[in-house]
Amino acid sequence: MADMTERYPQDSDAHLDGNALAGPLSEIFAVDLTVAAGRCANCGRTGPVAALHVYVRAPGLVGRCPGCDAVMLRLVRAPAGVGRASNGTDGADAYARDTDTAWLDLRGTACLQIPVPPA
Amino acid sequence: MGFVSRGFHGRPRDTGVKLPPGQYLTKDFPVLSAGPTPRVQVESWEFVITTEAGQAHRWSWSELLALPSQTPEVDLHCVTKWSKLGTRWQGVSLDVLLGAVDTAAHFALAHSYGGYTTNLPLQDLLDGQAWIAYRYDGGDLAPEHGGPARLLVPHLYLWKSAKWIRGIQLLAKDEPGFWESAGYHNYGDPWREQRYQGD
Amino acid sequence: MARAAVSGRLAGRRLGWRVATLAGYRDETPDARTLVFDAPGWPGHLAGQHVDVRLTAADGYSTQRSYSLAAPADGDTIELTVQRVPDGEVSPYLTEVLSPGDPVEIRGPVGGWFVWRPADTAPVQLVAGGSGIVPLMAMIRARRLAQSRIPFRLVSSVRSPAQQCYAGELAAPPPGDTGVEVTYIYSRSAPAGWPRPPGRLTAADLSAPGWLARSGPACFVCGPTGFVEAAADILVALGHDPRRIKTERFGPSGG
Repeated sequence: MADMTERYPQDSDAHLDGNALAGPLSEIFAVDLTVAAGRCANCGRTGPVAALHVYVRAPGLVGRCPGCDAVMLRLVRAPAGVGRASNGTDGADAYARDTDTAWLDLRGTACLQIPVPPA
Repeated sequence: MGFVSRGFHGRPRDTGVKLPPGQYLTKDFPVLSAGPTPRVQVESWEFVITTEAGQAHRWSWSELLALPSQTPEVDLHCVTKWSKLGTRWQGVSLDVLLGAVDTAAHFALAHSYGGYTTNLPLQDLLDGQAWIAYRYDGGDLAPEHGGPARLLVPHLYLWKSAKWIRGIQLLAKDEPGFWESAGYHNYGDPWREQRYQGD
Repeated sequence: MARAAVSGRLAGRRLGWRVATLAGYRDETPDARTLVFDAPGWPGHLAGQHVDVRLTAADGYSTQRSYSLAAPADGDTIELTVQRVPDGEVSPYLTEVLSPGDPVEIRGPVGGWFVWRPADTAPVQLVAGGSGIVPLMAMIRARRLAQSRIPFRLVSSVRSPAQQCYAGELAAPPPGDTGVEVTYIYSRSAPAGWPRPPGRLTAADLSAPGWLARSGPACFVCGPTGFVEAAADILVALGHDPRRIKTERFGPSGG
């Protein structure tokens, strides 16, 4: 998903599911989040991230609650570039020119229960 | 450059035409969406402009269609890198709709049926730069392309042309919309290649 | 098998893109080709996992698609089965242009949800729509490799017999490999005299004796979104616990 230069078929209602997030999230997290249980901040439904309704034909990946369609996850991958910085907040750093930035918005997920190996 | 897949070309990409940096020409009309396609009945459709003072100006579907309309022919530039040139629309200019509205606001937040939002400076909606469009290419605007009506602001990346437009909120303070708050550029000028924050 | 794969990448590391080289291929049907790759350092994977494949043209244009691993890893050798989509962008390249010796970039294995492990004890009902059979075939092959006796049932829906991948292997498994029931459903055209007329999946197709909801099978459903949702709805209506149904949706065209 790093480069959204895909071509899109015309069927706009066809969503995938959270399995499609496995690859993009694997570049960010060392554990598999698709097996995590997420609670929708809108309706309270809890289910595996793998079961989210995921829209991939968009400027980013959008994961929606399979119950109420509220947005639970957004993931945007901004490629490395010149002078990329946070949106004007004090003390923001310009990110290194050679790193991508992943924007992950999970405000629609009240909580994630993530299996992790014992310490 | 790094890895190249031998013999892979992808779809034909016409390089003979002047496009904003990083864009490819397409002949079809890709459908992008962040969620299910809203199915809005025109009988209950409404477009509302709300001022910073909370005053609401409303138009029903028949009221919108009764307003003077234009038939702009414009180029579309999507941040996902496809461009489609010479698209033909019919719609009401925001100059007409905002002409009735008393405001000192500088910012606008467009709201769509289905919850999508996108923000832009109010001045980018004026002076013949924006329409509420309800016909495309000689026919009714299809739901997958934003019908019954969408915002059309072709001088910015297409994510600013909110599909399934429901209203525009005028604000004293800028409020980032759906993609602007998730890494995309706050303004989005394709000719300056303003795709992501910091560009 | 590497620890990371055995645990389904619970204890893992972040993944990046690696280069795999096409070692060979097998045509499964006129429209589907199994690609055999050499992926040095492959960590192993679980049945049902997939990889993302990235192609890059000389001018920097790049695009990605996801493909399920079709078989258990054999050391550094992995297999994907790619369905050629008419007017697709990636599948015609992979099934017609990519030649032995050519490299591709892949990221994976990923996807720890839609997996079957030989240690799982429940009987397994697999429901495949079109190319959705690929990860399910990986599960059947993993069962064989583990010499498992867990009962499996595969219901595979394709347009016509010519589109059915792996038909030979499913019809004649190696000696000693029993316990996989296979039912073919044709949605457009069936062989003459076929007992079930062509058509979409119905509740009758998913109600075989011994495979009713009360037996508590683990169900895996894979294929285009419309097929998956119809099949899952049928299974729930038949009384299967929704938590026993795992689904993986492919795009409507697959690309």
